[in-house]
Amino acid sequence: MTSVEKGFDTVTARRRCLQYRRRILEISQQVTALHVAPAFSCLEMVDLIYHGLMRPSPKGLTCGFQDSFLMSKGHGCLSQYVLLEELGILDKKDLQDYCTPVGQLGAHPDFGVPGIEASTGSLGHGMGIATGMAYADRIKKDDRHVFVVLSDGELQEGSTWEAIMMAANLNLHNLVAFVDLNDFGGLARMSEGHPAFYPVLDKIRAFGWEAIEVNGHDAGAMYEGFMGRSRKLPFMIVGKTVKGKGVSFMEHVPIWHYRSPNKEEYAKALMELGEDSL
Amino acid sequence: MRNTFADVFYEAGKREKRLAVVVADISPAGSIQKFREDFPERFVNTGVSEQIMIGMCAGMALRGLRPFAYTIATFTLFRPFEFVRDDLCYQNLPVTVVGIGGGVTYSTLGGTHHAMEDVAVAGAIPNLSIIAPCDPAETKAATLWCVDQTRGPVYLRLGKAGEPNLTEQAGPWEFGKLRYLRKGHDVCIFSYGPIMKLALEVASFLEQKGQSVSLISAHTLKPLDREGIAAALTQHQRAVVIEECVPRGGLSGQVKEIASDERIDCRINAFTLKDEFIHCYGSHADLLSAHGLDLQTISSRLKVV
Ligand SMILES: Cc1ncc(C[n+]2csc(CCOP(=O)(O)OP(=O)(O)O)c2C)c(N)n1
Repeated sequence: MTSVEKGFDTVTARRRCLQYRRRILEISQQVTALHVAPAFSCLEMVDLIYHGLMRPSPKGLTCGFQDSFLMSKGHGCLSQYVLLEELGILDKKDLQDYCTPVGQLGAHPDFGVPGIEASTGSLGHGMGIATGMAYADRIKKDDRHVFVVLSDGELQEGSTWEAIMMAANLNLHNLVAFVDLNDFGGLARMSEGHPAFYPVLDKIRAFGWEAIEVNGHDAGAMYEGFMGRSRKLPFMIVGKTVKGKGVSFMEHVPIWHYRSPNKEEYAKALMELGEDSL
Repeated sequence: MRNTFADVFYEAGKREKRLAVVVADISPAGSIQKFREDFPERFVNTGVSEQIMIGMCAGMALRGLRPFAYTIATFTLFRPFEFVRDDLCYQNLPVTVVGIGGGVTYSTLGGTHHAMEDVAVAGAIPNLSIIAPCDPAETKAATLWCVDQTRGPVYLRLGKAGEPNLTEQAGPWEFGKLRYLRKGHDVCIFSYGPIMKLALEVASFLEQKGQSVSLISAHTLKPLDREGIAAALTQHQRAVVIEECVPRGGLSGQVKEIASDERIDCRINAFTLKDEFIHCYGSHADLLSAHGLDLQTISSRLKVV
């Protein structure tokens, strides 16, 4: 059985993600620096959340969704912006005016911008906010899921673990977190500089969550994992990813954390993101 | 400023073996990378963990080392605030907390990366000295002072890279003392940090209008040179403060307080960031301008004819 039959069309999803990558690169040509590789790393997760997991809402709670999404690794927000653009929640013009005085979008998500439910950018805040939202939904008896995307760097912040523990204490099974496990922080590989960071999955489980580890670019696997969860505990998908995924010269190369490709690099990247790369 | 700091720190590290740097997942600028290669044991990257960046500095200082904590200003001061207060300041340890991108330098990164209130927040903690150099030359002098000082904790507030040198003509830099970048007798302008560039433009504007202007770098915000400020206020008819900081808790209020305490009759105009978060993006100048910190707004408000 393919994921289409189960409810998520991974073939179309791959095509969308290709378009998003091209769009992000297009935006990169307007500014001198931006976070391309961090966005490419979590793109499949963000696409899956918006297109496969968030339930549309008749009451249109948050821009037409019943559920909530927080981009805790705020610097990866280009991945969210291109989705919000595609969904019609942001305009083309909003993205054209990225990081300029006439626009409303900056390098981190800002609460109040359509589709942005919390201001993030300082790492390690999303999990606490998500826990608070999920708890409020519970006591208000609102049927909402809270989805949150975390970076592995955020798992170095104590605050993230405080919230992880609290969410388990509160048994918040309406909370679903994704970890974008690309092994990179801003500086170097975790596996080299901080080996005690691993194993991640065991730590999450030890803190009382239900958790799985899959390929974070495999939407089908993440979708199946989500559907198969017990719905009794907060749920975490640890997605192994590649920072800069999709453009060979950006993959695993730290400088692309915060750098715009020049004209030649841009052209080369687009070549790699053609239809035949699907 | 960032690169000057790194160069000076690296050179100092060669002679001062107690010097160490603890960063929280920030790529070390320029020579800090060299420092890391030459003295790997004295370079620690905690990862994205600012609280232990400060905590480890405290522990290392308690063992006699001279650690510097180094990351973006908001994450060096705000994120681990109580660790700075208890571990460093309450215990009065000689640790330098380096904040890169003080003020609103990170102008496209949004409010989470703006250190609009860094000077105000740091200034409220007992024992913590604050130094905000205005250019690479002052950064060099301030960094050297931080390396050798035994006074206690310091918040060293830097801009980013590429600032011009503005103070090469001025006299020597001295901790805790105002520094005259030029000396006149009608108007004195106080400023500190990278926004000195704008203060210089205002000075030139006033000179074009026939005023004789003193331009002063108040690089040490704590302890503040109260006598120096009182003298400047006495010697000029008018004072202007230009600072990249929220209206309360920075230099402006203290200049007015000194004038009031010392009963000095001097007209004072203060230009600061507003008591409002900034939700717009663009260049550093665009953001300052959004809060009225540009030559046009300042010159029109000074109403010089
Ligand atoms: C509290 C905090 N400290 C530091 C930073 C600066 N910073 C931005 S991104 C980043 C690390 C990037 O690594 P990771 O969080 O794993 O994200 P990814 O690799 O997915 O881009 C850092 C340290 C920040 N935004 N917030």
